Amino acid sequence: MNHKLNIVEKAASFEVQKIREDFPILKQLVRGKTLCYIDNAATTQKPMVVLNAIDNYYKSKNSNIHRGVHFLSEAATASFEAARTKVKEFINAKSENEIIFTRGTTESINLVAYSFGRNNLNEGDEIIISTMEHHSNIVPWQLIAAEKKAHLKIIPINDKGELILEEFEKIISERTKLVSIVYVSNSLGTINPVEEIISKAHAYGIPVLLDAAQAVYHLPIDVQKLDCDFLAFSGHKIYGPTGIGILYGKETLLEKMPPFMGGGDMISKVTFEKTTYNSLPYKFEAGTSNICGGIGLGTALDYVSSIGFENIIPHENDLLNYATNELKLINGLRIIGEADKKAGVISFVFNNIHPHDVGTFLDFEGVAIRTGHHCTQPVMDRFNIAATCRASFAMYNTKEEIDILVNALKNVTEVFK
Amino acid sequence: MDNELRELYQQVILDHNKSPKNFKKLETANHSAEGYNPLCGDRIDIYLDIQNGIINDVSFQGSGCAISKASASLMTTILKGKTIEEAELLFEKFHALVTGKLEAGYSQNELGKLIVFAGVKDFPARVKCASLAWHTMISALKEDNKLVTTE
Repeated sequence: MNHKLNIVEKAASFEVQKIREDFPILKQLVRGKTLCYIDNAATTQKPMVVLNAIDNYYKSKNSNIHRGVHFLSEAATASFEAARTKVKEFINAKSENEIIFTRGTTESINLVAYSFGRNNLNEGDEIIISTMEHHSNIVPWQLIAAEKKAHLKIIPINDKGELILEEFEKIISERTKLVSIVYVSNSLGTINPVEEIISKAHAYGIPVLLDAAQAVYHLPIDVQKLDCDFLAFSGHKIYGPTGIGILYGKETLLEKMPPFMGGGDMISKVTFEKTTYNSLPYKFEAGTSNICGGIGLGTALDYVSSIGFENIIPHENDLLNYATNELKLINGLRIIGEADKKAGVISFVFNNIHPHDVGTFLDFEGVAIRTGHHCTQPVMDRFNIAATCRASFAMYNTKEEIDILVNALKNVTEVFK
Repeated sequence: MDNELRELYQQVILDHNKSPKNFKKLETANHSAEGYNPLCGDRIDIYLDIQNGIINDVSFQGSGCAISKASASLMTTILKGKTIEEAELLFEKFHALVTGKLEAGYSQNELGKLIVFAGVKDFPARVKCASLAWHTMISALKEDNKLVTTE
């Protein structure tokens, strides 16, 4: 792949202004002010190459995949399957059979909950998650646990927003059937010690699912090195389109799992007496897939590889450190989540100003942040707050944007003095 | 500050946010309800003391943004002494005001101090903040002490 050969050359030439040129939306004015988009944990913006890939697909290849014998269908199938290979290479899976296209992280986790969970959980069994999970890594397990009379066990977090691993060791047992844990917290920014969790779980023979929705655009992911059993992420959080996501699963596990949904494309033979299912990965891809979404995601991954995490990580760390220091200087501001290892996500609160009011004032400065509970209400309860303001950085953000944020926040504190 | 923003965050609203009126649990309450906005986690309790169809006293507790807190605070000051029917009518008018559906020619005098919430209509995402206290109050009137949500 050409982009990999170019990495060394690109490493020396990482220029954020050049990268910003790739994202047309960043030039947009909001209420007369330059858009300052620091809500990347919610979704990232899309580079021109991704927009072009989607456009080109519909203009020159649109047709249904895996069934037509005509020219367009073959072209669409080839592009979609090439995207699967790109995903495989991006996360270093062993085989394309381990890469399942879904609608997003949520569907990926639901797939495991319903397929793996329904097959492997019995009354009294336990699933381990943590306090800092997104609702999408809580609710699917509650649903399947209720059905199977199984229970959830929760790894608590400390005041810095880090998992308390000693507690994990206390709750893991032969009753545990799965550990499902977030790699990078979307509300706290914490990077969890997932290698340690995986090796401890494997010592008991328990598989581990990683929710990598927030990790995927901040950190390189190598599923073989991590040795995780499942990994879920969404395309739209790594500069790709919405409506497409990935479930990675070890082939040996996926082979044993029954289909999640029934329909076309996932069967090999249907009669009214008996239906046999298609092989991996198609067994889990019922119905027409989000073809252009998959192609868009593949292009986004190429784009990220062409920039290189060796460039992205130091840049985002710079932004995180700069923003953390600057925000701490603001009167009455308190950062929620001060883990030793963090990705580019900062949650903060004021004693006397509600996050929603902050969000509205920042909007008038062109600054887009997220305010609310970030679909992590147990985290809010843990810190005894209703909501936070959250700034989250991507490769295209700049220190100047952090200055705009900080000045806007200072103005808000004046209004509510 | 931008004009539209000033229109939303009028001084009266900022003042009520800072020092809300009737911000307490009402010991004499015979009607109450809890309101919840799942979008932002805002929570509010409304307490009503109703005697012979008249709101004798009203108070609130909870946590929320400046708009929701000021709305609850102003609501409590305006409802005292009103009949249940008057309170319900006022809710309809208030709701029309914040959603921009107030019919033309409607006398703004009837809304009194509540008119400071006129700016909310330009902020669709904040309508729920402004109306949470009112929805909860209506629920308390009906004495169905269930959790009210804005969804």
